[in-house]
Amino acid sequence: MSVQAASARRAPRADGTPPALVLDRVTKRYGAVVGASALELTAGPGELVTLIGPSGCGKSTTLRLIAGLERPDEGTIRIAGEVVADGRRFQEPERRRVGLVFQDHALFPHLTVAKNVAFGLDGLPRAARRARVGEVLDLVRLGHLAGRYPHELSGGEQQRVALARALAPRPAVVLLDEPFSSLDESLRAQVRRDTVATLRETGTTGVLVTHDQTEALSVGHRVVVMRDGVIEQADVPEKVFEQPATRFVASFMGDADFLPAHVHRALLTCEIGVVSTVPGWGGSDVDVDVVLRPHEVALDPDPGATARVSAVEYHGAFVLHHVRLASGRTLRSWQPHNVRLPVGTAVTVTVAAGTTPTLLIGDTAVTSPPAAATGASG
Amino acid sequence: MSEAAVLADPRPRPRRPRRAPGTGRPAWSALVVLAAVLVTTPVLAVVVDGLGSLGEGGLPRGIGQMVLTTLVLMLGVGAGTLVVGGGLAWLVTAYRFPLRDALVWLLVLPLAMPAYILGFVFLSVFDVAGPVQSGLRAALGADVWVPEVRSLPGAILVLSLTLYPYVYLLARAALVEQAAGTYDAARTLGAGRTRALRRVLLPLARPSLAAGLSLVMMETLTDFATVQYFNVNTVSVGVYLVWKGTFDFHSATQLAVLVLLFAVAVLAGERAFRGRARFHQRGGRGQGLQPQRLTGWRGWGATLLGAAALAAGFLVPVLQLLVWAVGEAVGDPASLADPRFVQYLVNSAVVAAVAAAACAALSLAIGHGVRMGGGRLVTSAAQLTTFGYAVPGAVVGIGVLIAFAGLDALLERAGVPGGTGLLVTGSVLGILYAYVVRFLAPAYQAVDASFAKISPTLTWSALSLGAGPLRILARVHLPLVRPGAAVALVLVLIDAVKELPIVLLLRPFGFTTVSVWVYELARENFWEKAALPALVIVAAAVVPVFFLVRQARAADLPGKAGR
Repeated sequence: MSVQAASARRAPRADGTPPALVLDRVTKRYGAVVGASALELTAGPGELVTLIGPSGCGKSTTLRLIAGLERPDEGTIRIAGEVVADGRRFQEPERRRVGLVFQDHALFPHLTVAKNVAFGLDGLPRAARRARVGEVLDLVRLGHLAGRYPHELSGGEQQRVALARALAPRPAVVLLDEPFSSLDESLRAQVRRDTVATLRETGTTGVLVTHDQTEALSVGHRVVVMRDGVIEQADVPEKVFEQPATRFVASFMGDADFLPAHVHRALLTCEIGVVSTVPGWGGSDVDVDVVLRPHEVALDPDPGATARVSAVEYHGAFVLHHVRLASGRTLRSWQPHNVRLPVGTAVTVTVAAGTTPTLLIGDTAVTSPPAAATGASG
Repeated sequence: MSEAAVLADPRPRPRRPRRAPGTGRPAWSALVVLAAVLVTTPVLAVVVDGLGSLGEGGLPRGIGQMVLTTLVLMLGVGAGTLVVGGGLAWLVTAYRFPLRDALVWLLVLPLAMPAYILGFVFLSVFDVAGPVQSGLRAALGADVWVPEVRSLPGAILVLSLTLYPYVYLLARAALVEQAAGTYDAARTLGAGRTRALRRVLLPLARPSLAAGLSLVMMETLTDFATVQYFNVNTVSVGVYLVWKGTFDFHSATQLAVLVLLFAVAVLAGERAFRGRARFHQRGGRGQGLQPQRLTGWRGWGATLLGAAALAAGFLVPVLQLLVWAVGEAVGDPASLADPRFVQYLVNSAVVAAVAAAACAALSLAIGHGVRMGGGRLVTSAAQLTTFGYAVPGAVVGIGVLIAFAGLDALLERAGVPGGTGLLVTGSVLGILYAYVVRFLAPAYQAVDASFAKISPTLTWSALSLGAGPLRILARVHLPLVRPGAAVALVLVLIDAVKELPIVLLLRPFGFTTVSVWVYELARENFWEKAALPALVIVAAAVVPVFFLVRQARAADLPGKAGR
């Protein structure tokens, strides 16, 4: 899904200007619990980074650390080249050039749309303030609602006001904390497109927290996957999806099944047969796990086969087939919507041609043969 | 006072965890801690001074008798309110009968009748010179036996009649709101009405009953005016008499420690009575208990029971006060313009207004300070500021005196001869301080309830838009918690007007408020003259009860819609 769009949304180049945001070994503990552990993250000007992970993984903590709502225990945070937090210094949130957009929009209920947007423009002379309010409201196409109160707006409009309000003071970074999850399914895609377009139009650096894998992959220039306060992988979307760095990333970012496999003389084999060749692994003889995604698994009805279709889920455009192998392990396979094999059908299972599956040793992905294995079998 | 705590929210409520920004602002955090120190100082002073002076001079005389009297009084009032309040709550919840819908709310009204007012009206009617005994003597001869009215049972009766609404309110809330879904579940599991009642509803109501009873006992413990009408000497009375009679600090303090021990025992008792039960959840939506219709004489009997409690606790005394007040006004029109009355009214109003403003402002500052973060220290300090309401007035009073004495000593050491000179003479400042200690809890709870409705993200958004703490207070928090602050103002204002023990204990010579005036007139049996100021107090006290009824009614609507 993200593959085709990838080249079109390469992050803008940053020449000369300092990165908008740098986290350097940032750690935050709550008693014995580690909220964030030695985070390393850089966002260039105009870049949109998505932060994703299961609940409690530390993504919101990261956002709060950047905003100055939490004080890091260790590490340095820089915003637009300026150190805002390190061992000695700590800049209060109101002095940081950071905009915040929350899931509940957090509009001031007692202020009109215009006054909400003007809230962060206190330092400006009145005329300039009014001009800026008009400018950002036009940007989100809400100029005509300037006099309304938040409760008189729809959810999507509230979200746009929240964005306009955050953008008004021209922050160096805008932080968005699951900004679309309170919206209706039907509305969400449109608001998301608008928001991303607005951020891009203004060249604003953004960090977006989400729990929606599709959203993370389709919106971000870069995707940061977190678990237990640790960054598991930070890379462009296609790398995160196609070359997950860990078992967790593989299973969290999209569906994945794992099969025990073996590499011998550059040939990867597992229960379903030869999967692929592994160039450069000619000298190794090692056990691995292979990551297979449902779209990479092909099925072929074959009365003599030992694998059986165990469940079928109709998803509309595609049909998800669960297949039980002779060993009892299960694989999943996406089939076009017109293919619907009855439960119990005997099938041969193969891996689609051209697939370069990810290999895991332990919980970590490997791209080159482990030194020990090479030596042992050499 | 504690009634306001019920007002702020009649149901027990789970403490909602609130994540505050972890950074905190030193100035605001210090303010919250300072407020906590301010509130706890008098109590700590009592404990330290009382324990420190234990060895000297032995215990005050008659202490055993006092302790016993206090114990019997508290248990008696507890049992009385449990029967009256619990029984009435049960009656209006489980049955339908004529006028039930009106009685449900009217039964709360005795909350507006201070015990020291009901007490003297009661005496005027039932004491030796009152109409009841006179009538009896006229009918049955001069030596007919009647029980002594100025006695422990008399005090128990009067206190039970004014305090039962605490138990009534909490029990009813438990029966109606918490138990509905659970009751339905029990019925669908095959339990009959009686069994569902005994096995599900009553156990579920137990924590609420415990909470109501502990409020009642705290109020009983605090009182040392009403019981004196009845010649009942509790430890609180002891504190008052010892201090006012001898100005003997140590004896008064030792008695105050005893009062405090009783308070601790009440709180511990509440915990024990609750057991491990913490039924805070509402039992979900459901039909709940279907009230059974009582017809014929049973129905009217139920109506009569409710009406009797209402009449005894509120209607009859108010009527009697009105008759007296009108009689006074007709007989002596000049008394209406009595300059003393005006003066005392002004005293009451000014002291109450200043206390209310101080409590509301402090509550705002505490709520805002908690919002600005600062971690566990600040949140615990904020919790501590609400602890004054559980401390009986006598303890707060003596504690304030000790604190002022300490201040005097400090000032003298610093070279100011005589210090503040506030100690023995008492001072309005002392009264105000004691009011803040006592009433900060309801004020803060009201403001905090408003703060709880503001999403933390609102505060964070304002911060990230460049607003500092002061600007956030002025432009975001203040406009949004205004309703809570208004409630806090009204609650404290009225509690302060009603308050009697603290003023009696701490007032400077010649300083009188309306409540003190009522009390003094009533002690001298000038009942007709006490009627008008008493009515003023009752009228003021009706205001928060009205709030309470409206609030409870709103909370009751979903339950009603299900029926």
